[in-house]
Amino acid sequence: MTSANRKDMLKRGAIWGFILLELAFFSIIGDQLSVSDQPFLAYDNMLLVLKQSAPIGIIALGMTIVMINGNIDLSVGATFALAAIVMLDSMTWPFMQAMGDWAIPLAWLFALATGVIMGAINGIIVWKTGVDAFIVTLGAMLGFRGIVFMFNGEQPTSHLNWTLVDFAEAQFLGLHTATWFLLGAALVLWLLMTKTVHGRNAYAIGNNREAAVNAGIRVGPHFIWNFMLIGFLAALSAVVFYSESGSVNPNDGMLYELWAITAVVLGGTKLAGGYGSIISTLGGVIAIQLLRKGLGHIGADTQTVNLVIGLILIAVLVLDRQLNRKGQGELKI
Amino acid sequence: MTDQTPVLRLEGIVKTFPGVRALDGVSFDVRPGEVHALMGENGAGKSTLMKVLGGIHAPNEGQIFVGDEAVTMTSPKHAKAKGVVFIHQELSLADELTVAENIFLGELPLKGFGRVDWGKLYDDTNAILKTLNVGFDAKTRVGDLSIANQQMVEIGRALTVSPRAVIFDEPTASLTDSEKVVLFQVIAGLQEKGVGIIYISHRMEEIFKITDRISVLRDGQYRGTLLTAETNEDDVTKLMIGRSLDLSRSEATHELGDVALEVRGLACGSLFEDVSFKLHKGEVLGFYGLVGAGRTEIAETIFGLRTPSAGTILLNGEEVRITSPIDAVQRGISLVPEDRKDQGLVLGMNCRDNMTLPQVDDLTAGPFVSDGAEIAIFDQYRDKLDIRTPGWRQTVGNLSGGNQQKIVIGKWLSMRPNVLIVDEPTRGIDVGSKSEIHNLIRDLASQGYAVIVISSEMPEVLRVSDRIVAMFNGRIMRDFTAEEVTEDNLIQAISGISEKVA
Amino acid sequence: MTLNKQDIGRLLAKQGILIAFIVFMIGFALANQRFIAIDNIAGVIRSSAILGVMALGVTFVVIGGNLDLSVGSMMSFSTIVVLDLHDKIGPALAIPAMFALTLCLGAFIGFLVGYLKLNSLIVTLGMLSAIHGLTLTWSGGKNMDIADKAGTWFSVFGQDRIMGIPVPILIFALLAAVLTLLLSKTPFGRKVYAVGGNGQAATFSGIPRARVVFYTYLISAFCVAVAGLLQASRSLGSQNTVGQGLELEVLAAVILGGASLLGGSGTVFKTVIGVLILGFIQNGLLLVGLDFYVQYIVTWAIIILAVWLDVAAKRGRLWSPIA
Repeated sequence: MTSANRKDMLKRGAIWGFILLELAFFSIIGDQLSVSDQPFLAYDNMLLVLKQSAPIGIIALGMTIVMINGNIDLSVGATFALAAIVMLDSMTWPFMQAMGDWAIPLAWLFALATGVIMGAINGIIVWKTGVDAFIVTLGAMLGFRGIVFMFNGEQPTSHLNWTLVDFAEAQFLGLHTATWFLLGAALVLWLLMTKTVHGRNAYAIGNNREAAVNAGIRVGPHFIWNFMLIGFLAALSAVVFYSESGSVNPNDGMLYELWAITAVVLGGTKLAGGYGSIISTLGGVIAIQLLRKGLGHIGADTQTVNLVIGLILIAVLVLDRQLNRKGQGELKI
Repeated sequence: MTDQTPVLRLEGIVKTFPGVRALDGVSFDVRPGEVHALMGENGAGKSTLMKVLGGIHAPNEGQIFVGDEAVTMTSPKHAKAKGVVFIHQELSLADELTVAENIFLGELPLKGFGRVDWGKLYDDTNAILKTLNVGFDAKTRVGDLSIANQQMVEIGRALTVSPRAVIFDEPTASLTDSEKVVLFQVIAGLQEKGVGIIYISHRMEEIFKITDRISVLRDGQYRGTLLTAETNEDDVTKLMIGRSLDLSRSEATHELGDVALEVRGLACGSLFEDVSFKLHKGEVLGFYGLVGAGRTEIAETIFGLRTPSAGTILLNGEEVRITSPIDAVQRGISLVPEDRKDQGLVLGMNCRDNMTLPQVDDLTAGPFVSDGAEIAIFDQYRDKLDIRTPGWRQTVGNLSGGNQQKIVIGKWLSMRPNVLIVDEPTRGIDVGSKSEIHNLIRDLASQGYAVIVISSEMPEVLRVSDRIVAMFNGRIMRDFTAEEVTEDNLIQAISGISEKVA
Repeated sequence: MTLNKQDIGRLLAKQGILIAFIVFMIGFALANQRFIAIDNIAGVIRSSAILGVMALGVTFVVIGGNLDLSVGSMMSFSTIVVLDLHDKIGPALAIPAMFALTLCLGAFIGFLVGYLKLNSLIVTLGMLSAIHGLTLTWSGGKNMDIADKAGTWFSVFGQDRIMGIPVPILIFALLAAVLTLLLSKTPFGRKVYAVGGNGQAATFSGIPRARVVFYTYLISAFCVAVAGLLQASRSLGSQNTVGQGLELEVLAAVILGGASLLGGSGTVFKTVIGVLILGFIQNGLLLVGLDFYVQYIVTWAIIILAVWLDVAAKRGRLWSPIA
């Protein structure tokens, strides 16, 4: 095994090592400082970590693909809110109410379609105009939010459907519905990225777009598919989350894009594209949620969570740079 | 051979862009088993022609034939399907992917449900790698390969179809001599299979070594095809630039001054070691060696971009420690870097601002930059170096390579340096501007400047240098005076054949 | 010089945003007389001042080839800190203390991005979160209010007028003027363009790249501190999240002004235009009777159109060539 391979293994394993460290730290320190009687590693607590990882996690999975592709999507938070409002608002439409519980799958469909359409809009713009995805989705972040406000102005939109809540709160084989969605999405996307031509092309395009174009890969449509995918996942995340809560504020989902990117970067995916993995992102998402839970467990203010996550993100960056440092005689540029 | 149908034939290709006739009636053919050189200065239309062949540009007039079939190329992929493949100058590989994925980029074998058929992929790749006789396998990550091996991957890409014509665009630009030998073997192998080859290069030695015919473009026009065996470098050059070129060395007509720069036992990690030399005022010291011999790294170390692990540097007899380019600039050392676009210029800035960049702190009136002082410097060096630009407001990126290089040289000359280091002064510059820059370097020496010229082109070092330092593998092998040096002993020195002379 | 099609294209590419702005203003003025009333214009500029001041600083960072996503949460920090210290040590000391603390944050980011050469997007993303945490820790998660709102002179920055002009407008204009000079006339400004245009070439020209980047973040932090001061002085009380989401709006204004995210291009003046466009769109759409959310959708369209035209002019064709 070459040293390059070993370094690669180290990088891929790093996030899981970090998670183990967190678990150890919070279990041991937690015994001394804990504000609750329950041990940190309690089964229920861990299940909760997974469940609470789901909303950002599902989005982060999509973000991984878009970032491997060499793009970024800043509009996911707005898409999330839009899909949520479409789902809850549509259930109040007269013909939907007439359908009883059959309205649920239809409302889900509306929400998911909304996400896909929003993604397609971003993708088409990125493709056809050649404007950087960062700017296109920055604009869309504002635009989609504007559409959210079209529904109910600044008022929250609520519609509680107990069938829906029961479904969302159900546990199957011990895991919550949201966790199943997270794991299911991760599995499907992992297969997509490692086994299929579409996935491999995503890496190739992110790695060297020009080479991919020259090799005849249709980069534009490829972008659209991936933006549709992340739009779908943002909507899926909304569907899972709001089925349970039943009420959406027009400002919900704000900064989700940044949280998702944080998780993706923590998982080792490169901003420049061409490198990254779905499984590592899953690790990144879980690591962040463990940190939140853990800090709460040892009685730290919830405030500190943001501080710690921010500093860890920077520390990861510093560490990554040290790891990639060449030896003596490096060019000082 | 002559009675065979050409594998590729161009007839009267015309391509116009708004205001420019980039290609103006280009016709030539490539026969099976032939290596056909395509030559021309930068801007002569070679790359446009390649883009027409690759279907990136549609020609306005004319026809491409592959064998007997008239073809209108629509994309590089389409061209490949027709058997016309390209080996690009700048490697277009995805570093993070495996050799196999790169070779079959855009055409990964499928297994249903959009899945990649990995077994077939690796088998096919290894079969191709076997014909190339390389020492790595299909699952290697491309980023872990050497440049030469990456080039082999690029060639491997051409072999996923049975190509009829392969176009090599400056393939040896970053190869060492032994790597070139391997490349030429691969080309010979393709020839044997009856593949026609278009070989684009500026390097006369190679052209005369491996090609059968030479076609020349000038200003977008086809200037004729020569049989390599019946022509010589002068004739080709004349065809390329429309006149013959004075390649003789101007003799030193001036006295050498004091030692401006002395380096004693300089070393930097594994890059180079035990480097010692003296540079006098009024002298051009040539550094010659293969890519990777450590020449550029020495320059970068003297310029404060690398930290030396041993040795001392003396300027005008005084020992100095240079820890950054800022230090170097303050002490009167200037470096015209190897890579003009990445290191030499801010391409989006105008000519004047680029030229005055290192001394902008000193060109002030009060707290503000003085327009007048800047323009004065720009005008002075524009005239001195004969830089052709519509005015100082022109964005540097819009200038030709030769004029860009002169801006970089002007930038550093205007600092009135004690020591001027020029790394690859004419890389990617057309033949005409080349000789202008050579004359300029000779002039500088006669004005008393101490100049180091680093070059991979032997005619260049021979032409401009008073003394030549030959490097091999991070060491100075020999220090020649202009009188001692011959092509033979120079080649021996940089190949590590001759013993080190103290 | 005769104007041909190419020249017009170039003019549009160079001054397109200014032309669009003028067309916009004329359009709204025709639709509603009220739009060009002096007090309306002053009102728009005044309400854009905080965003504008922050955008001025971010302009330096972006031209230097980096991003700053932390300005929003840093602005919350400045606001909370100055309000908290106001009651503890008095406004005369609170203001310099707040500036010092904010500049420390800027220096920390500048150190990470400039000297350690870390990716600015991720660093400032991390700092967005970290500074938010810092603010919450400082305030204990509670809203911050000045006890004696009527009795403090602290309100001059946000609420007073000098010669009939609201102070925030004066501060915005003054800062814009000073920073214009700094960016376009001084050696430092030139170096910012060089570092952002081609950092490696700048290094090879003996320019201290790390230091230049460091200073761009200090300038950004200074502007954030000014924005925090304006915000605190205007409302004399604040939530912890007052600046949340501003980072991306600020960036939108800077991009709208024509600065390239790749660095090396943009000007302070253009950023001011970008800020004003955002402000006047909002105002104009409301005045012609459209719902408030329409401004978001219009802003979306305008950002993409502006950058698209810029990109199209550079590549010489409207549609992207990628297949």
